[in-house]
Amino acid sequence: MARRVTKGRKIVTTVLAWFVGLVIFFPILWTFLTSFKTELQAISIPPVFVAFDWTLENYRTIQSQSNYLHFMLNSVYLSLGSTALGLIFAIPAAWAMAFSPTKRTKDVLLWMLSTKMLPAVGVLIPIYLLFVRFGLLDSRLGLIVVLFLINLPIIVWMLYTYFKEIPGEILEAARMDGAGLAKEITQVLAPMAVPGIASTILLNVILSWNEAFWTLNLTTSNAAPLTAFIASFSSPQGNFYAKLSAASMLAIAPILIVGWFSQKQLVRGLTFGAVK
Amino acid sequence: MGQIHLEKVRKAFGEAVIIPELDLQIEDGEFVVFVGPSGCGKSTLLRLIAGLEDVTGGQIVIDGQDATELPPAKRGLAMVFQSYALYPHMSVRKNIAFPLKMAGMDQAEINRRVDYAAKTLNLDNYIDRRPAQLSGGQRQRVAIGRAIVREPAAFLFDEPLSNLDAALRVGMRLEISELHQRLKTTMVYVTHDQVEAMTMADKIVVLRAGHIEQVGSPLELYSAPRNTFVAGFIGSPKMNQLGGAEAARYNAETIGIRPEHLRLSTTEGTWKGTVKVSEHLGSDTFLHVESPVHDEPLTVRADGEFPVHAGDVVYLTPEEDKIHRFDAKGLAIR
Repeated sequence: MARRVTKGRKIVTTVLAWFVGLVIFFPILWTFLTSFKTELQAISIPPVFVAFDWTLENYRTIQSQSNYLHFMLNSVYLSLGSTALGLIFAIPAAWAMAFSPTKRTKDVLLWMLSTKMLPAVGVLIPIYLLFVRFGLLDSRLGLIVVLFLINLPIIVWMLYTYFKEIPGEILEAARMDGAGLAKEITQVLAPMAVPGIASTILLNVILSWNEAFWTLNLTTSNAAPLTAFIASFSSPQGNFYAKLSAASMLAIAPILIVGWFSQKQLVRGLTFGAVK
Repeated sequence: MGQIHLEKVRKAFGEAVIIPELDLQIEDGEFVVFVGPSGCGKSTLLRLIAGLEDVTGGQIVIDGQDATELPPAKRGLAMVFQSYALYPHMSVRKNIAFPLKMAGMDQAEINRRVDYAAKTLNLDNYIDRRPAQLSGGQRQRVAIGRAIVREPAAFLFDEPLSNLDAALRVGMRLEISELHQRLKTTMVYVTHDQVEAMTMADKIVVLRAGHIEQVGSPLELYSAPRNTFVAGFIGSPKMNQLGGAEAARYNAETIGIRPEHLRLSTTEGTWKGTVKVSEHLGSDTFLHVESPVHDEPLTVRADGEFPVHAGDVVYLTPEEDKIHRFDAKGLAIR
C-alpha cells in the first residue's frame, strides 16, 4: 500500500526540511554578515544580526594587505589542472572497468576508495620529504599532482558509475563501424557520458578548490591558493573575525557562483546510478 | 564476396566451454540462420565471426583471408544488434554516416550513400531526428541503414527482431528477406525463433550446447531431421515423439509424427483419445489429445472449422510415410 501523504505530514516535513537547510546554510550566512561588520561588532555580545552599520571596510583592507588575484588564480590553476589530469587517467581506467570487468574489478574499485580513508596526515612526512627532494615545495606542479592523486579515486568511481549505464553494445557497434580505441572513446563514449563527465569535473573542481590540508602544508606564497589566503588572516595577535570573514567570502565566492549555476548537474551527478 | 569459413573454432570463458569445436562453411550470398535454444552458443558464434570475442582455438577465414586475429573493423562485416545500438547523441543521418566517416570517405560520397540508404529504408522524413524520437521499427531500420551503407562482405544480425511487437516483426522479416534478394550479400542471422529461421533462411544451422546438430535447408530440416532434438526444435507446434510399444512396431526406439501428419476422425482410427484442449486459430485448430499410447497429450492439426470440443472422443491415424524413426541414441533411422 502506498504511504498516505496527509496535509499535516507535508507541513511537518516542509518545516523540518527548511530548518535543516537553514542550519546547514547558517555558517555561510553568518560569515557573509560578519564580513560587513566592524571588528567590534563582529565579537559583540549579544551578537548583532542585521542591525549594524554595514561597511565595506574589511574588503578594502584585505585588498590593500594582500594580492587576492594571485591566490585566486592559483586556486583556478590547481583545481582545473588536477581535474584535467584526473580525467586523462580516470576515463581510460573507468572505461576498462565498466566495459571489460573481471572478477576483481569490484575489489580494485574498493581498494582505490580505501586510500581515501587513510588520514592525510599519515603520509604528510613522506610526501613532504619527496617534495623537498624534488624541489616541488611551493610549486603549482607539485600541488596539482598531489590534488590529482587524492581525488583520482573519486573521479574513477564517478565515471565508472556513469559508464556502467551506457550499453556495451553501442561501443561494440562503434567497433564494428570501424572506430579504433581512441575514436570509440572520444566520438561515442565521451559524448554519451557528457552529463557524467561534467558533474565529475564540477565536483572535483570544488573538492580541489576547498582542499586545505595539502595546500597549507606544501605551499608558502608562490603556489598558495585561496585556502592559504584565508589562513593568513588568522593571525597570532588574535583573530580579526570581520576581516577573516571577508577573506572567506572572497575565497568561496567564485565556487559558490559556479556551484549555484550548475547545481542541477551536481545533484544528478551525485545521485546517478543510485536509483535505476 | 562474402565467404566465411570456420575451422575447428573453439570458445571457452575460463572453465566454461561454450563452443567445444565447430566447423562451418558459409558461402557467398547465402542467408544462413543460427537457431537453437538460449545458451546454445549461437550469439557467441556470431560474435566470434564479428571479432567482438576472441576465439580460444581454430581459425576464421573470410574470403580466403585468415581473419582470426583481425579487429572487428578490419573484417569487412556489418552487424545489426538486438538493442539496435544506435548512437543516441547523433541524428539518424550521422548514425548512418558514422561507419563511412570512420572509413575516411569524402563528404560528398557520404551524403550520396546516406541519402540513398535513407530513401531505400523509408527514413528520409526522419533523417534529422535523434534515435530517441523514433519508434522501434524505425530504429531497427536505421540500424540496418548503418549496416548497408558500408557495402560489407556480409551482414551479421543478432536477434534483430526480438524487441519488436508481433505485427512489426512479420513486416521487418519480409523487409530483411527482400533486402537479401536485392543485395545478394551474405547474411548470417541469429534467432531463437524457428519461424524466422524457416521463413528467411537458405540454410539453417541448428545448435545445441555449442555443437551443430544439423545444417540444411528449411525443408530438409523439416522433412528429414537428423535426430530427435532437431525434430523437436523445427516445426510448430512441436513434433509428437512416442516411445515404447508404438515405436517398437516400427523397429525404432522413438517415432516422431508431426501434428499435421495425423489424420483426425470422430469415428475410427489407429489411436483413440480424448480431446483435452482445443485451440482455434481460425485457419487451423490445434487439438491436444490424451491417449493411452503416450503419457503426454498428442498435438494434432485440424481444419479451422473442425467441430470438436474438450472432452470429445477422437481417433488419430498417422500417415505411414511421414513417420520419423529414431534409434536409442536419438539418431534418425533412414
